[in-house]
Parts: sequence; structure tokens; C-alpha cells
Amino acid sequence: MSLPTLRRSLARNRNFARCISSSSSSDPQHSKTTSFGFQTIPENAKESMVKSVFDSVASKYDLMNDAMSMGVHRLWKDQFVGDLKPGRRGPMKCIDVAGGTGDIALRILDFAREKYADRETSVEVVDINEQMLKEGYRRFKKTMYHNTPQISFHEANAQSLPKEKFRDNSYDLYTIAFGIRNVTSIPAVLDEAYRVLKPGATFACLEFNKVDHPLLGTLYDQYSFHIIPLLGTILTGDRASYQYLVESIRKFPAQPNFAQMIRDAGFVTGKDIDGGAWTNLWGGVACVHTGVKI
Amino acid sequence: MSLYLSRTIPRFSSAGSTSYLKTRFINTTPAYPGHIPLNSFETAFLAVGSAVMSLLDPYRADLIAALGETTAGPALPRLRDIMLATAEGRQILKDRPRINTRTVDMNALSQLPEGTWGRTYKTWLERTGVTPDSREPVHYIDDPELAYVMQRYRECHDFYHCICNFSVNVDSELAIKYFEFANLGLPLAAISAIGGPLRLNAKKRSVLFSEYVPWALKYGSTSQCLISVYWEKRWEQDVEELRRELGIRDSPAKWSKKSMGTMASAAVENSADLASGPIHS
Repeated sequence: MSLPTLRRSLARNRNFARCISSSSSSDPQHSKTTSFGFQTIPENAKESMVKSVFDSVASKYDLMNDAMSMGVHRLWKDQFVGDLKPGRRGPMKCIDVAGGTGDIALRILDFAREKYADRETSVEVVDINEQMLKEGYRRFKKTMYHNTPQISFHEANAQSLPKEKFRDNSYDLYTIAFGIRNVTSIPAVLDEAYRVLKPGATFACLEFNKVDHPLLGTLYDQYSFHIIPLLGTILTGDRASYQYLVESIRKFPAQPNFAQMIRDAGFVTGKDIDGGAWTNLWGGVACVHTGVKI
Repeated sequence: MSLYLSRTIPRFSSAGSTSYLKTRFINTTPAYPGHIPLNSFETAFLAVGSAVMSLLDPYRADLIAALGETTAGPALPRLRDIMLATAEGRQILKDRPRINTRTVDMNALSQLPEGTWGRTYKTWLERTGVTPDSREPVHYIDDPELAYVMQRYRECHDFYHCICNFSVNVDSELAIKYFEFANLGLPLAAISAIGGPLRLNAKKRSVLFSEYVPWALKYGSTSQCLISVYWEKRWEQDVEELRRELGIRDSPAKWSKKSMGTMASAAVENSADLASGPIHS
């Protein structure tokens, strides 16, 4: 459960512009590096470090989400799924990546069932972390979808989904909620998303993002860096994982940059404004990016 | 494991003459490995949060430790000054000894004669099943020397149990907390002393308040301040002589038959006699 936590000291000035970093930088003298929160680590180390974070948070993941966001994450996820309207044009085959504990999958199935009486829509929950999948499986056992073809759980890496199980052009909806900032290479995930989606299908990503409003941004920063690690200490005894969480949010690309990355993978998005390629929730604390495969 | 934030926030007043140019830095580099610097709001938040959570889940030793550190306040400088006032305490502050199975030779303790402090401590460890290795390191005290005083307190807590001849069940822990509050003055001891009895049933609470607490408060306040005792240099000392020297007598502790390990039954007979022995002033 322990993370290597030796860090270089950083000077953070209040006026420090939030850096728009690509997820990996290559340096001719050193091997490729990427960011793990505010640390810089070798690229091949990130996966196992993220794994140990999620192994340790899995059992109290839902509790901590509620505590840290004061329940607001539920509103965000409701809006995310509500805007996608799964089941409106008939049963869909959905893939929910980094979907560990099943929040989005459950909402998709419930939405299709309640609004459109659709019991054929299926969701495949994919996650790299076995502990998180176990939590999701446990949670789904309490629902009516357990042991039906509507839900299945798969352990796989979003950057390289196995081609036999996740065929090209086979899904109607690809969702990834609060997972894409933890991957080592965002372009690889976007490329895989493009591969597995059918033409005409939607890619949707819910993620924490940049808050531009100065007052909200300051309050959000103060809350993130002062309260959240302490909540982690008090509720789970694990400060380091929650420190990683708030830092990884800061290192994620800003809204227009991420929209450009989505376009680079081949998707077509709306215009680069709030309401176009992305929709800010709560001023940018969370944000929904969407793209369509043509 | 070191985990820290470092922020330097320079502030400049208007540049008139150089004598008015002041730069204020809030430096939050850690002062020792494991140090997590907190500002006053975070300290308060952690204090309240850990108090609530440790009432709900008393097995969270890390939170009780955090509560102790965030509420210590002026108690730690006072304890440090008490240590500085005696030669033994000064030696502790100079050596900064730690207590765990690597620094204390447990085998050597088992081989000491019956009735010595070292042997009594080893027997106590076996009877209670406690290990000295599970103490949480100090994180939230800014001054390294005061952090050491806190760490020393935490590691010597078992010695206080043993010298007062108490076990480690909840009523004994509370009795020792009352003793520590009278002896050392730490706010954490008071908080545990007040919050702890809420978890006891009425019968245990009545035993606690009728027998243990009066004893703890009386002998805690009259005995020598235990923080400045260099326990590791006294292993061979006779435990009853040590108790007399410190001013601790007539422990009311009761040990149930269940808490006795098979190896230590002879020693148990011995300590039971000593605890209720007729040593009065």
C-alpha cells in the first residue's frame, strides 16, 4: 500500500499559471517521463504506482467520493449520463472504461430501463484494477442486473484493450469517468476508444478540469490542498493517495487542449467553447468532453 | 517515508527604500522525515476530525496519535523543560533513544533475574501480547525536538502501564490516561479520559471511577514526572525499588486469569504479590 514518496521540492507561487502539460516528455538523455501528481517519474513506473493508489482506496472509494465532494459527484454523474441519453435510439452496447465501482454503468442501465423500458442495453465495465472491479461486482450483486447479460466486468488496460475481446467498431457508447487522468498515455486511450467504437458512436469523458473563475478557483485550490488530504487521513488513514488525487487533477490538460487531443485521435467534436466540445460542470471543477466517430 | 509540500510565497511591500523591503516566506519544507507541516486551520480540522473518528472507531491508533499531536500545544515545551531540569532527562534529549524490538534486546531482558524492571517489562509484554513496534511516527509537530518528546511519550506509554501494573484492556487504558494527565499534563490524556468512559458499561465505569481514577490522580500528581526517566538504563534495577523511587504504590489493577500467558504464571504470582504488597509510607 505504500507509495514511493520522495519528492523534489517545488516552488508554487500563487500566480503560477496552471501548467498545461502533455502527459509524457521525452528527454534525449533520460528515458521518457510522465507526471504522477506533482512528481515526475519514469513512464513505466506510473502504472504500478496508480495501481497501488487504487488498491488502497478501493474499499472506501464510494465513501471518500461522497465525503470529498459532499455528495456532489452524484449530481455530476447523473448529469453526465442524462445528457448522453442511453437507450434513446434503441438498445446500445456500451463500454465503461475505468469504471471500477460501477457508478456510471449502473446509471446507464437504470436510465435505459426507466426512460425507455430498455432491457437489452448492455454495459461492459473495464478497469485495470482488480480491487475496484471486485467492489463494482459486489455492488451490482445488490441490483437486478446481476447475472444478466446486461453487465459484465473485465480487467484490462485502457491503453491496449485486447483485440479479441474488444473488437474494432463494436460499441455504441464509450464512457470514461474520472479515470483518464490516471493513465500513463492519454492519446493511447483515445486511440483505443476510436478503435472500438462504431462509426457514428459517441465518446464521452467526465473528468476534473480547470476552473477559470478566480474566486471559485482559489476556494477550490484551498479546499483541494488543505481539506482533502486531511479527509484522506481521517477517513482512511491514507494521506498519500489523496495527495496524488488532487495533484493529478492539476496536471490534467485544460479543456481546449483535451478537446484537441480528442480530435487528434480522429473524433469530431463541437466548437472549442463551453457547451461545444465540452460542458463545464460547477465552473470547471468537473467537465464533460464528448466526441463522435465519423 | 517523507511526504511534504513546499511552498514559498514571497511578498514584497512597496519598494521605497531598501530598509522597508521585506520578504516574507512561508516555508513548509519538512523539518524531519515524516513531518507533514499544517497551518492552523488544518491543525484544527484534523484535531476535530480525528477526535470524532477515534470515538467512532477506537482501533484507529493513527488518529489518536494525530489527535495527540494536534492538541499538544504548550504541553510539549513544558515537558521538554522538565526533561532539561534533570540530568537523566537531559541525557535522554541528547541520546534520543527509540524503543522498538530493534533497539531493545528482548532476549537479554528475558534473562534478567526475577523482580528486575527489565524482566517485569518483558513479562508484561508477554502477558498482554503487545509489541513495542507498532507506534505511529510523529507527523504534525513542527519542532524536531518537541517531535522527539512526543515520540518518546508514545513509546514509553507501555512502560507507564507496566510500572503501574495495569493491563491493556479499556478500563486499564483509561486509568493510565488519568495517570498520564496528572503526571504529564497532555491534553490528549484529558480528551481520552473524558471520551473513553462513554464506551464502557455501567459496571466497569463504576469500578473505574471508584478505584482506578482516585489512585491514578493521587499517584500521578505526586510521583516524579515519568517523561524524564531513562527506562533503558534501569533494566537491572529492582522494580519495587524503582516504584518507590518514582512514588508509585498500591496499584489497584486487577488481572483476569485469561490475560495470563502460560509461560509467565510464576512471574504472575510474583507481581500479584508485589502489587498488593504492604508497602505503605
